[in-house]
Amino acid sequence: MMSAQAPILILLIPLLCGLAITLVAQKSKNLAFFLILIGMIGSFSAACSTLIQVLQGSAPIHYRLGGWPPPFGIELVIDHLNAMVLFIVSGSALLTAVYSRNTVIVEIPDRVHHYYTLYALLVSGLLGMVATGDAFNLYVLLEISALSSYALLARGRGLAYLSTFKYIIIGTIGASFYLLGVGYLYIKTGTLNMADLSQMLASPDMKESVSIKTGFVLIIIGVWVKMGFFPLHGWLPNCYSRASTTTSCLIAPLMTKVSIYVMIRLMFSVFSVDYVFNTLQFQQAVVWMACIAIVAGSISALAQQDLKRMLCYIVLAEVGYMVGGVWLMNSNGFAGAVYHIMSDVMMTLCLFMAVGAVIYKTGDSSLESMRGIFRKMPVTATAFLIGGFSIIGIPPTCGFFSKWYLITGAVETGQYHFMIALLFSSLVNAVLFFRIIEIGFFNRFDDSGHGIHQKFEFSEAPVMMLAPMLICAASLLVIGLYTSFILRNIVQWTIPAGL
Amino acid sequence: MKRLTLFLVVLLGAYLVWTTQDLPDWGDPASPANSYLSTHYIKKAYEETSVPNLVTAVLADYRGYDTMFETVVVFCAGLAVLTILRRTKRKHKKNVKFRPQREGVDIILQNAARLMIAPMQLFALYVIAHGHHSPGGGFQGGVILGASFILLALAYDLKSTLRRFKENTVLFYSGLGVLIYAGIGVISLVLGGNFLAYAAWGGLLGISEVEAHSYGMLGVEIGVAFTVMAIMFSLYLDLASGGDLDEGL
Amino acid sequence: MYMESLISFIVTEYNYSAALILIMIGMYGMIAKNNLLKKVIGMSIFQSAIILFYISIGYKGGASIPIIKHGSGMADHAAIDPTLYVNPLPHVLMLTAIVVGVATLGVALAILQKIYRVHGTIEEDEILESLKE
Repeated sequence: MMSAQAPILILLIPLLCGLAITLVAQKSKNLAFFLILIGMIGSFSAACSTLIQVLQGSAPIHYRLGGWPPPFGIELVIDHLNAMVLFIVSGSALLTAVYSRNTVIVEIPDRVHHYYTLYALLVSGLLGMVATGDAFNLYVLLEISALSSYALLARGRGLAYLSTFKYIIIGTIGASFYLLGVGYLYIKTGTLNMADLSQMLASPDMKESVSIKTGFVLIIIGVWVKMGFFPLHGWLPNCYSRASTTTSCLIAPLMTKVSIYVMIRLMFSVFSVDYVFNTLQFQQAVVWMACIAIVAGSISALAQQDLKRMLCYIVLAEVGYMVGGVWLMNSNGFAGAVYHIMSDVMMTLCLFMAVGAVIYKTGDSSLESMRGIFRKMPVTATAFLIGGFSIIGIPPTCGFFSKWYLITGAVETGQYHFMIALLFSSLVNAVLFFRIIEIGFFNRFDDSGHGIHQKFEFSEAPVMMLAPMLICAASLLVIGLYTSFILRNIVQWTIPAGL
Repeated sequence: MKRLTLFLVVLLGAYLVWTTQDLPDWGDPASPANSYLSTHYIKKAYEETSVPNLVTAVLADYRGYDTMFETVVVFCAGLAVLTILRRTKRKHKKNVKFRPQREGVDIILQNAARLMIAPMQLFALYVIAHGHHSPGGGFQGGVILGASFILLALAYDLKSTLRRFKENTVLFYSGLGVLIYAGIGVISLVLGGNFLAYAAWGGLLGISEVEAHSYGMLGVEIGVAFTVMAIMFSLYLDLASGGDLDEGL
Repeated sequence: MYMESLISFIVTEYNYSAALILIMIGMYGMIAKNNLLKKVIGMSIFQSAIILFYISIGYKGGASIPIIKHGSGMADHAAIDPTLYVNPLPHVLMLTAIVVGVATLGVALAILQKIYRVHGTIEEDEILESLKE
């Protein structure tokens, strides 16, 4: 009986725990932490149960909210794609919750319980976006995750208020574009349910309709704003790099990937492969934009002196990977992009956690803070190394396999510029990470270069921070080693018909 | 920069206006939006939920899941403003250059407020309870309730209002409202239905399933009203005092 | 001929066009204005215009508010005539959008107060100049 209700429990449990924190945990920080942990564990186990159900059955799970049949009520639809995304989102939210034990108390000492409530609301908003099968419901949940992320990002460092304000303005433009696009679809079809929409949009006169095309473009632009795709990315690095450690661990890996999932869902479940690639003619342009995003993101990352900003630009480049992979119009490219959603959440999370631990210990986020890291914090350094290898794409980490499939897709469709951009980005990432490794491992001299050995005391981050970090690092290797299993059992099913 | 923006915005606007020729005529009863789902709701909603106000029926029942998250949005906004602005330490107070001092008390304002607040709150309760049959419901009633407290704070002062309605109580009510909404959904889940399927309540309350929809909607509207009332007041508190819960900015 | 089609276009679609023009006014405000508070006002215009757009979708000529009249349809449900009531769905959706608009406005104003406190101004160019120093 419970397993039939698992789809709704995935997002209901964090929501209820968030409310419980506001209601009962006003005084006790430990109770707030305990409740958030319960919420994330519950959500994760419900997501696991859903994933197993999807893997065992062949048809997607439909969950009717309020018991109403689909076009009239709202339904949750869980197929292989979003079962995987739900699993990875709730899993990384759980890891971040464990990790946050030490950092939140340092960074937001006065409002721990409010912070955790917003955390829970953000996670349930993201999970709801992934699970829903209704275009308008997606907007509501998008706004929940946006509002809670505004609050979390604003409590950051330095000029966080200013960058969050910019994010509010541009984020609202994005969300409103999405809403307007849904309005165009609604006015032409009279429905909001995704499956119903896709049936109606398949008719030939809808394909020619200029307002449906406008609706598609508005929706896609809205989602691109949210994920920080190339020309619309200006807000992202400032906003995420100025956030507090826990916030950036939570938001930076998840928000962008969930937006990419939303883009895939809308492109192929509301519209169709034929519509997106044949009726509309900007497939080439988008791949070029993705190339620019990858190259510009990588070069900007190389220019940064601040670890967190560097990671934010890497995130931008990774967004380019996935958008490009989806728009390659090729099944291998698509599989690479979907696989990369999974691996990228884990590798960015791993890197942000490692950098967060360094900041926690040294109070500094510049490249210099990595000096002597292998002596001081060997475990953190190892996790950082594995994350870095995965970003570069060194086997057996999962970053290699996703890149492999993306490149295969690019070659098969003859879009060599995308392949070149990917290889270029790998090269730049290699330079980037080996520079940091050099600082951390070999460079034991002080600034004047006189060869005076600085003494690096062993001072590792607390276990509560190390454990999730190591799980992340290990998962990068595990995902890499089980690539064929994941591709065969999950990713293969997500490839839309006609690709 | 401004010129470029103006150019782009005008271009986009002209394109969007041009696309409207493809849209169905304004006010056309036969347009897809007005005929497909809409006709079903108009014809069936009263029969299926026994609520004559179709907006309420669709809002709190057919799309009740949306509305739950709408309440969460309100809750989230209140919490976000609180997290951003509220501070208990007063050390930054001198940074604010312009802080209006309230001079004396206005007897006309206070007496007018005194006369108005009770009828306002009564009317708000009516709007909440009668949302099934007339325009109204939890959001509207909750806003009126919240406005009554804001009026109290405007006519008297924040401190005396806060003595009557403490900040922690405000927060408690805001959380409680969402909890009532989600709780009704969870109980229908425990009773064997899907989340927010009010029909499952029928057996428990000893009424028909159709009537249970109506009662379920009343329940969630009350939850919505709690949250909206508390958060409207909380937004006023924090925004008007700059997070100090003191007078003025 | 052209004139006629233009006039009929304006008459039948002017509501959508008005909403879209308002959206563009709001968007211009959000992007181009220097004062951060004016950006927030632009945001409000933007969101209200979208509400107008949706409500225009739900309008039917000659129809009344979507509340079933008591008495007429009580005994015989088939008697409810859909052309008598406007489309309730856009109203429901826009109730959500209004709430989201209020919520975003509140958070934006809160952050604006913080910006004013940190930088002493809400003019964007002045803030950027003070950062350079």
